[in-house]
Parts: sequence; C-alpha cells; structure tokens
Amino acid sequence: MSWEIVIGLEIHVQLATKSKLFSGAKAGFGAAPNTQTTLVDLGMPGALPVFNQEALRMAVAFGTAIDAEVCKHSVFARKNYFYPDSPKGYQTSQMDHPIVGLGHLDIQLEDRSIKRIGVTRAHLEEDAGKSLHEDYDGMTGIDLNRSSTPLLEIVSEPDMRNAKEAVAYMRKMHAIVTTIGISDGNMAEGSMRCDANVSIRPKGQEKLGTRAELKNINSFKFIERAINVEVERQIDILEDGGKIVQETRLYDSDKNETRPMRSKEEANDYRYFPCPDLLPVEIDDAYIDAIRQSLPELPDQRSARFVSQLGLSEYDASVLSASRTLADYFEAVVLVCNDAKLSANWVTGELSKYMNQHNVEIDQVPVTAVHLGQLINRIMDDTINSKGAKAVFDELWNQAGEVDAIIEANGLKQVSDIGAIEAMVDDVIASSPKQVQQYADAEVEKRGKMLGFFMGQVMKASKGSANPGQVNGLLKKKLDLLC
Amino acid sequence: MTHKTLVQIAKDLAAGKYSSREITQDIIADIKARDAVYNSFISLSEDLALGQADAADARIKVGNADILTGVPFAHKDLFCTQGHTTTAASKMLANFVPPYESTVGQRLLSAGAVCVGKTNMDEFAMGSSNESSFFGAVKNPWDLNAVPGGSSGGSAAAVAAGLVPAATGTDTGGSIRQPASFCNLTGIKPTYGRVSRFGIIAYASSLDQAGPMCQTAEDAAIMLNAMAGFDEQDSTSVQQETPDFTAELNLPLHGLKVGLPKEFFGPGLNPQVAECIMAAVKEIEKLGAQIIDISLPNLELSIPAYYVIAPSEASSNLSRFDGVRYGYRCDKPENLMDLYCRTRAEGFGTEVKRRIMVGTYALSEGYYDAYYVKAQRIRRLIKDDFARALSQVDVIMGPVAPTPAFDLGSNTKDPVAMYLEDIYTLSANMAGIPAMSAPAGFVNGRPVGLHIMGNYFAEAKLLNIAHQYQQVTDWHLQTPTSNNVPVSNQEKGA
Repeated sequence: MSWEIVIGLEIHVQLATKSKLFSGAKAGFGAAPNTQTTLVDLGMPGALPVFNQEALRMAVAFGTAIDAEVCKHSVFARKNYFYPDSPKGYQTSQMDHPIVGLGHLDIQLEDRSIKRIGVTRAHLEEDAGKSLHEDYDGMTGIDLNRSSTPLLEIVSEPDMRNAKEAVAYMRKMHAIVTTIGISDGNMAEGSMRCDANVSIRPKGQEKLGTRAELKNINSFKFIERAINVEVERQIDILEDGGKIVQETRLYDSDKNETRPMRSKEEANDYRYFPCPDLLPVEIDDAYIDAIRQSLPELPDQRSARFVSQLGLSEYDASVLSASRTLADYFEAVVLVCNDAKLSANWVTGELSKYMNQHNVEIDQVPVTAVHLGQLINRIMDDTINSKGAKAVFDELWNQAGEVDAIIEANGLKQVSDIGAIEAMVDDVIASSPKQVQQYADAEVEKRGKMLGFFMGQVMKASKGSANPGQVNGLLKKKLDLLC
Repeated sequence: MTHKTLVQIAKDLAAGKYSSREITQDIIADIKARDAVYNSFISLSEDLALGQADAADARIKVGNADILTGVPFAHKDLFCTQGHTTTAASKMLANFVPPYESTVGQRLLSAGAVCVGKTNMDEFAMGSSNESSFFGAVKNPWDLNAVPGGSSGGSAAAVAAGLVPAATGTDTGGSIRQPASFCNLTGIKPTYGRVSRFGIIAYASSLDQAGPMCQTAEDAAIMLNAMAGFDEQDSTSVQQETPDFTAELNLPLHGLKVGLPKEFFGPGLNPQVAECIMAAVKEIEKLGAQIIDISLPNLELSIPAYYVIAPSEASSNLSRFDGVRYGYRCDKPENLMDLYCRTRAEGFGTEVKRRIMVGTYALSEGYYDAYYVKAQRIRRLIKDDFARALSQVDVIMGPVAPTPAFDLGSNTKDPVAMYLEDIYTLSANMAGIPAMSAPAGFVNGRPVGLHIMGNYFAEAKLLNIAHQYQQVTDWHLQTPTSNNVPVSNQEKGA
C-alpha cells in the first residue's frame, strides 16, 4: 500500500526578553541552579505574576511578521498539573484566546516550488524548570532558573507531507524569529525546539490516521531523522495489521528510534481556566501597527531584494536568505568585494561545503566575511587563480592569518609575468616532443582537448600560480606555429 | 491600654504619655496573660515588634511620625511577614517563614505601625466560624460559647477583646465583615484591586481583598489609608489614586439615598437581627438619608456561584503546597506520587480538602461549562444587579449575616448550613464592590453588624456613613468587659 505522511509541528521559541514572562528575574541560560529566580518563579505563597510587556511586543511582532491575525483580546489560562519542576502546580499559558490567530508560512521545496503551510495559532506561555536526575545521589535536583522564562508556542496545521518539508518549515520559522530578533534561535540551548505530530494514512484517504507526538526535538537534523524513523515504525505496524496508539514519544538520537514517554491512560486533565491573577491582555490597532512598521526586512523581502538589487538567481537568493546570520554574512562579503554573484558562489559553495564537513553553523565559521570578501577581491584582481583561492580559503578556515599574508607565505600569487610564463611554456614544449607531434597530427577540432596536457604541465611547473588565461593563450599560439 | 482606639493611642504617643516600646510590651504581656481563653493569636512576634517599636520611638522623637507610627496592630496569619512564621492556620505551613513581607505589611511598617503577632483564622481563609484552624477554634470574647465568625476570626476576637486596637483581615466572601459583625467591630472590605494582594496567601484570587478590622470607622479609615494603593507587583491592583479615606468622615448625610434590597430581609433572616438593622437604618434616615426599596434579584444565586468559583480558584492556588520546596512534607515518601498524596492528605484539613475537591471537579473536562462557565455567567448577573441598584441609590444596606454569632460546633457537621451564613456577604465579592460592617446592636448579648455596600471606589462614602452613625450611637463603644452589660436594641429602646 502507498502511504501519505501527515506532519504538524508545535514550535517552542524562547523569547529573548531580558527578564522572565511573569517576574523580574533574568531570563538567561547557563547560570548556577536557582540563582535566576524570584518569589514568583519559586511559587512562594502570595507571590503574584506580572506580565512582561516586552514578551507581548515580541509575540505581536511575530504575528505581524507572518501576517497572521493578532488578537486584540487574549487571555492567560492556567494549565494545572503536578510536577516538581512546575513550582506553582500549574503552568500559565493561553488556551481559548491566544495572542496570535490564523496565519501561514511559505516554504520552498526541494524542487524549488513554493508550498504554503498553515499556522493555526501562536500563544505565550511560561516554561517549566528543570529536574536534574544525575549528580544527586539517587535524589532529584530542581533548577528553577528556566521557570517562567517566556515561550511562544507556534502551532502549525497538519500541512506537511514529509520530513524535509517539516525541516524547511522549521528553518523558515527560525529565519523569521531570528530576523525579527525575538529569539536567539539557539537550538542546542533549547531556545527553539519542536514537537512533531506524525501520522500516516493510505494515499487518497481523507481521514487522518492516529498520530504520535514526538517531543522536544532540538535540531534540524533530528527533526528529519525522528520523523522518518517514526514514519517507518508506523508503516511497519500498520502493514503488519497493527494499530497506532495515540501517545507521546521521545526521539533517541543515539539509537535513532522513538519510544513512548507516557501513555494515554496517564493523560492529564489539565483543568484549564482563566488565570485570575492576570488581567486579559487588551491591545489596539495603533499598538499592532506600530510594531508592524518597526519590523526589519523579513526573509522573503530580503530574498526578493537579492534578486532585484543584486541580480542573484531566485534559488541562490532563497538559500542565502534562509537564515538571518547567513544573509548577514553574505551581505558583509558583498560589501567588501562588491560582487554579489561571486560572493553567492563562495558562500553557497566552498563555505557551505566546509560548514557541512565540519558540522558548524554559520555563526561559528572561522572565516570572517571580511576575509572572504578580500579573498574574492584577490581573485578579481587576478592576484590568485581559483585553485589558489581554494588553498587560501582552506588556510583561512584554519585561521592562518590575513589573506595577503597567506598568499605570500604559500607562494600562491598568480604569475602574470609574460616572460616567465613564456619560458615555462617553451620548456614544456621542448621537453614533450611526442605530445607536440600528436598535437600536430590531430585534426584541428580535436586540438583544443589536447591542449589540456600542456596546460597541466605548465601549471605544475608554476606550482599552480601561473595565470591560466595567459598560459592558455601562449600555448595555443606557440603550438599552432609549430604545426 | 485595653480598648483604646488607634486614634487614642496615636494621640498618647504623640503627647509622650508612653513610648511605643512601652505600649508594645504592655500589649504583648496582655496577650500572653489573656489570650489563652480566646486563642485569637497563632504567634507573637515580640522581638520584631520591639525593634519596630524602637524605630517608631526614634521617628516620634525627631518629629517624623505618621499617625500610625508606634501603634501596635496584628496581622491575620495569611499575610506573609518577613522572618516570622506565616501559617495560614494550616499544618501545611506551620513551619513556613517567608523571606519577604506582603505589600500591605510593608506599607504598614513604612507608616511605622508595630506588628505584635499573627492572628488565628480559618485554615487558608476557608470558613465562616474560625473552627477550621489547625491551631484550634477561636472563642468570641462576647460569649465564649459563640464563634467569632470567620475566616478572620482571630483578628476580630483580638480587637474585640481589647488585645490590640486594630488588625488586618481578608475578605473573600465575607471574611472581614461577618466576624466584624459577630464581634462588634468596624471592618471594611475595599473595592477589589484597591489593596494589593501581593504577599497574602491566595484563597480565591478574583475575590480576595484585604482590609482593616477596628473599633471605629475613623480607625478603619486611618488603617485603610496605609494599606491601600496601587502595587505594580499585583496585576489586579488598580492604578487609581488613593484618596484620604478620613477626608469625608465628617460630611453630613443629607440627601444620601440608601437602598434596602428586599432579598436581604427574606425569611432566612433572624427577626431580632432584622430589628437591629431596621433601627440602624432609621437612625441613618434621621441623619438626612432617604430610604428606598430596591431589589437584587440574583442574590440567591451568589451562594452556588461562589461555591464553584472560589473552590475552583483555590484548587489551583493551593497546588503549590506539594511538599517539594517549603512547608509540610510527609515522612519518608516512597516516590513522587506518594510524596504528593501523603503531604497533601496530611497537611490540609477537612474543609480545605473539601474545597480543593469541589474546585477540581468543577474545572474538570466535561464539567467546566456546566459549573465554572455558568458560575461566571451568574457572577455577571450579580454585577449587573448591583450596577442597576447603584444607579438608583448611593449605598445599599442590610444585615451582614442572617444571625448573630452561632454556638461553637453548631454548624461544623453541616458544611452547607455553614455556607448559607454567607448569603449577604458573597455578592459584594462577586461584584468587586466595597462593603463594610459597623456595630448596630445586640441580640441576646451577641453583636449585630450593619452591612453597608457602595459603588466601586466608594470606600470613603461608606466610612463617612459609618462614622456619622457612630457619632449618634454607642454600639461600637461597647466592650465585652464594659460594666454596661450589652442589651438588645429593643431593651435599650424601651
């Protein structure tokens, strides 16, 4: 049977506010346990929440950035459940009245076509603390630093049909939230993570299959793997005549498998009700419009500008605008070398290749945009040829120093001295009589191909530094004279 | 010192008749000597109090004193006091020492008032008789067989017994007004949002409001001046200028329109209580007020609606008492579930558990619409009733409770009978309007309070009416220990 995969994502974005969603404690990663807490985050008796207006601004900025409905009336609700890292016994979230309503996001598929993914809603909620099960001698430690840090939970429609679409959607969301500056988007630190609702159904069937919820996936790579491995699991079960159980599952990246977290029988009744400690959030058009006006250039707008202003292809433009840091890097390179096409080639080519090989993100690459721009300048002014440029890039990646110094130190400077090149050409011709004879005997149309041997010999003799254009011209002239 | 008003003590301190340290020491000694009978205090904060008294004396000396500077008072044990146990009268928090002060407490301390201790109450403010306290029931100083009312019963008994001139209380469904009525005090529940809830252990957040319990309206106005005000730490506190609540005390009542809702004088009302109230209304009419019959048609629904909303909020508010971070923890928990279950089973009393279960049920999937949502709709109706009534009249009057203080133990077997005690008080909390109780006579030696309710932010008007009434009556001056054994209205009139 042929199966259709149905995926919906719930993305949790940690907002980059200075303080927490409902308290004045610092909202940051990495501090010693329980040092970033107030009475509110600790759930002390009589402590009351105060809504962080910066989190509101950020949520509204997100809503306007994806052109979603921004709700003028939203309400915080309590989600009641007991857990040691939930100090109040409830999580303050939004239920019936979220801050952001219906919207959508366009993603680019592998075949370069565009697909629209529906966004159901986005709501504000506070994060829980952390239970630390190691290092406490059989006991559990509780760290409430993360308690009440602000999250925006973005819920998609079940519109994605394979893991790659889910990754594209997640990447696009990442680009948007980092571009508008509401999150640092650091997935390793959990600033952005997602739950994936995955189900399958026979192709052509309208009714959705039973879904599994894959919890807390925190890298683009894992999204793809987790979904694929879960789909395989579901197909195996159904094709063996079994049934999918609706449940929450955890992706184990070491074993590349999903396994159940808790079963439906234990599912909580969260007893949502409006939080009586917080007033409904009322905002007006003027507030929303002011935020909309202050949005920076969004990824789609930037991509369009790369095409219209810099003359990039649609594809290069969309690749380069897919992340704010990548686009910023690219534009910084262009600023130095003033050649968008070459910059795009280098960023999407050599740089991306190294990033993949070394498994680093754009904000961690050792080659600065200025260095790459200078390197491109040296290509354009014929100081180095492309082979030499790759060698320089490799040195830059290893942080060997400045571009010109590397060229100098490695003797990569292109030899454009016509006399020196002519001497090398003459040497090669003189020492290759057999090949010269073959060249002379060949039909004129086939000689071009045979020129490659002589080119190679001269470049080898020059240790790669001869200007290939000059070598080519001289070789042709001299060989043709001999025939 | 016994039964001196706050104003009298303030005058004596200003005149140098005694120091704050002296009166604080006297009061603490008096409590130690006499409170065993009433059980109105859970704890005394002697060291902290003497430190505050010395600081107050220094302020008085340099002429930097506020009217409350050096004046002793007591906190209901629901207000978090920095460095001093705050129990909510529960085993759950019997060992809890807050590292912070409630906003109300901080405001009173800033004014220079001296907190001598923490008063007994119904556990987590759930009750109408002060019999649900982990620290034992409180006795009514007017009649040791009677309850003092609840939930601020310890505060009421302490002031009524003359142990302290004033105490704080909280009122979620009548918990200031009903004990004030039962103990012959003047107590006011301000407009919801007038007084910060920060640092007061929450019972039902949308209904809780703190206020003072004193001997006179003037004292209550002075206390409220210190307690009220916007607090950025409480999102439901209102950003409205706080008036001087004493400023209108002496205004005449000419032309005041007083509404008497017929629903407040129905068959459930004790006829002698009704007589006291009607006599008080007559007195106020004599002061120039116009009496108008009105109706609050949905009053009866306030009991079922309140007993859905308040427990619902409570079930969530009390979830934080889980034995993990502070307070009571069961012995040797076997696992997490055991820790939760036994801590809460052992730490909470019966009435608290009852309300947590009712609230949990009301919020559950499948019942939420039928209970919580419906109760909120009724709340809206009650609000509308008051809006309609208060567009016709300035204030509404009636009894605070259907009976005078009842006997200890008489209602404990039947929670519903206890809940019915709140019939006249709940609606003000549901609507969020200010309401107060002022002494208005006695029935068989047990006090009766006049209930005065007004529009949002009309506290000054309510206090003005009570104060004017107190200028022409002396019910508020009666004390359990005075030579004139209190008599009923009728006897007095005869």
